Amino acid sequence: MGSDVSVSATVAWFTKTKVSTEASEKRTLGKGVFRRCDACGETFKAEEFRLEVCPGCGRHYALRAEEWISYLLDEGSWSEEDAQLTALDPLGFVDAKPYAKRLAETRAKTGVNDAILTGGGTLDGRGVRLGVFVFRFMGGSMGSVVGERIARLFERGAELGQPVVLLSSSGGARMQEGALSLMQMAKTVAALGRLRRAGQPFISVLLDPTTGGVAASYALLGDVNVAEPGALIGFAGPRVIEQTIRQTLPEGFQRAEYLLDHGMVDLIAPRPELRATLAQLLGHFGG
Amino acid sequence: MAHLDFEKPLVELERRIRDLEEASDGLGGFEPQIRELKGRAQALQRDLYEGLSVWQKVLLSRHPDRPYFLDYLGNVFEDFVELHGDRAFGDDPAVVAGFARFDGRSVAVIGHQKGRSTKEKVRRNFGMAHPEGYRKAMRVMELAERFGRPVFTFVDTPGAYPGLEAEERGQSEAIGRSLLVMSELRVPIVATVIGEGGSGGALALGVADRVLMLQYSTYSVITPEGCASILWRDGARGPEAAEQLKLLAMHARANGIVDEVVEEPVGGAHRDIPAASALLAEALRRNLAMADALDPDARLDARYAKFRAMGRHAG
Ligand SMILES: [Zn+2]
Repeated sequence: MGSDVSVSATVAWFTKTKVSTEASEKRTLGKGVFRRCDACGETFKAEEFRLEVCPGCGRHYALRAEEWISYLLDEGSWSEEDAQLTALDPLGFVDAKPYAKRLAETRAKTGVNDAILTGGGTLDGRGVRLGVFVFRFMGGSMGSVVGERIARLFERGAELGQPVVLLSSSGGARMQEGALSLMQMAKTVAALGRLRRAGQPFISVLLDPTTGGVAASYALLGDVNVAEPGALIGFAGPRVIEQTIRQTLPEGFQRAEYLLDHGMVDLIAPRPELRATLAQLLGHFGG
Repeated sequence: MAHLDFEKPLVELERRIRDLEEASDGLGGFEPQIRELKGRAQALQRDLYEGLSVWQKVLLSRHPDRPYFLDYLGNVFEDFVELHGDRAFGDDPAVVAGFARFDGRSVAVIGHQKGRSTKEKVRRNFGMAHPEGYRKAMRVMELAERFGRPVFTFVDTPGAYPGLEAEERGQSEAIGRSLLVMSELRVPIVATVIGEGGSGGALALGVADRVLMLQYSTYSVITPEGCASILWRDGARGPEAAEQLKLLAMHARANGIVDEVVEEPVGGAHRDIPAASALLAEALRRNLAMADALDPDARLDARYAKFRAMGRHAG
């Protein structure tokens, strides 16, 4: 288990200036770049969407994993681990295309090897182990590689005596690896147990969406569960529930605010405050 | 007795044998015919069950006459006392938990329970647990821990219930917490998938020192129907999805997900429940002895190492 660890050099392609345009429209009008928010319909200057949050209504759009890392960690402190791990196709799974081909194409398109980045760095001067899901890689689904990297993240937190901060955004287990994906739930949770016994905190940050086998394994077991405003968090997806109970779900069901009301998360942190919130929590739990 | 389509010719032959036996009862005269029919039934049975498709095996795992947890409990264990409730919200009939005796020794027994009659099916929610079911299970596991009793779990569920109230009461947390409790329990745990091993709701009772699967049970990340509706937007293509998912006991064994496949009587456990129970009891006895042979620290390390090694990756 720890013998094939390679620590890549600090990755240079994280820059704080990068703005993604995944969820709302961006266009050039006159001399400025403008962007319209899908949630409130208002148009703002693109640079006003700091950390992908709408300056008008506060809607949180997805932030790329690389941007999360550059936002949360002290500059230059990040070093990725286990980036060399790649998925195999143990079942020979074929849907619209073979899983092996889908993996190769997704790797090429996203520039990452699988649906998570894990490593270490400092947050406000404190050493932490950090993981961030890459939702654009097959919906952040957890297969063998994601499970392995999370297990190593928790184990390293235990070995090094450092807290673990893990930002989840995932549709759940990766269907294409069948029951092997399912077992990643048990594997990651068992590794979390090691971190707990080592006396280190686990701060679970729940992004939009966190569902299925990721929600139902380690993600709701944080010593502190922090959710982003409006994030969808739940075991079953809303469509499955609607089909099962044959009724329309109430407004706001399975959203972060609903989970806070029902006692499932400790707090909701708007994105611009998350870094300070994490630093404060680590201050209380750190040595 | 219910039967599946592919079982029909066999069931029909067996009915004719029974009729002839009844007709000849005390009088004799039909022995050659009966002998001939029995020979044909045996050959048919052999051909039928050797050539089953993946989907037919999936159907066997859900067979309406398949023995459920309480059937095995009655045949394999004695002196059962059921313990109800999670001490927080309610009692979930989709999970049965309590203490019983196995070879005279007090043990905890916990399992998903499906219903046989329509009324019972609804009461048991088709074996789909709510959070309070998993929380009851954890409560009984922790009780077993304090009193040094081994834990036997029996997995048989299409999945944890995907409903509004289940979400409201923390289905995700309950399943995750159960995984954590089982990974840290110091007493021996033997888990057996006896029918449907459906996703996280199944695994929530499936973290153990020894994980067994009955021959015609399944273990899957998603139901074939659910997989088909995602892949092809057509749940009716479940049989195709079942081929992809490699969800049979033999696949789980080959992928290192279970430790042992427990043989069933020819045609499946429902065709001879006492024999199926005897085969299960023997496997439980042997596997409990293996888990028992280790001291608690070594047992926990071995359990950790087993689940830690699950998965396939390069690099
Ligand atoms: Zn807006």
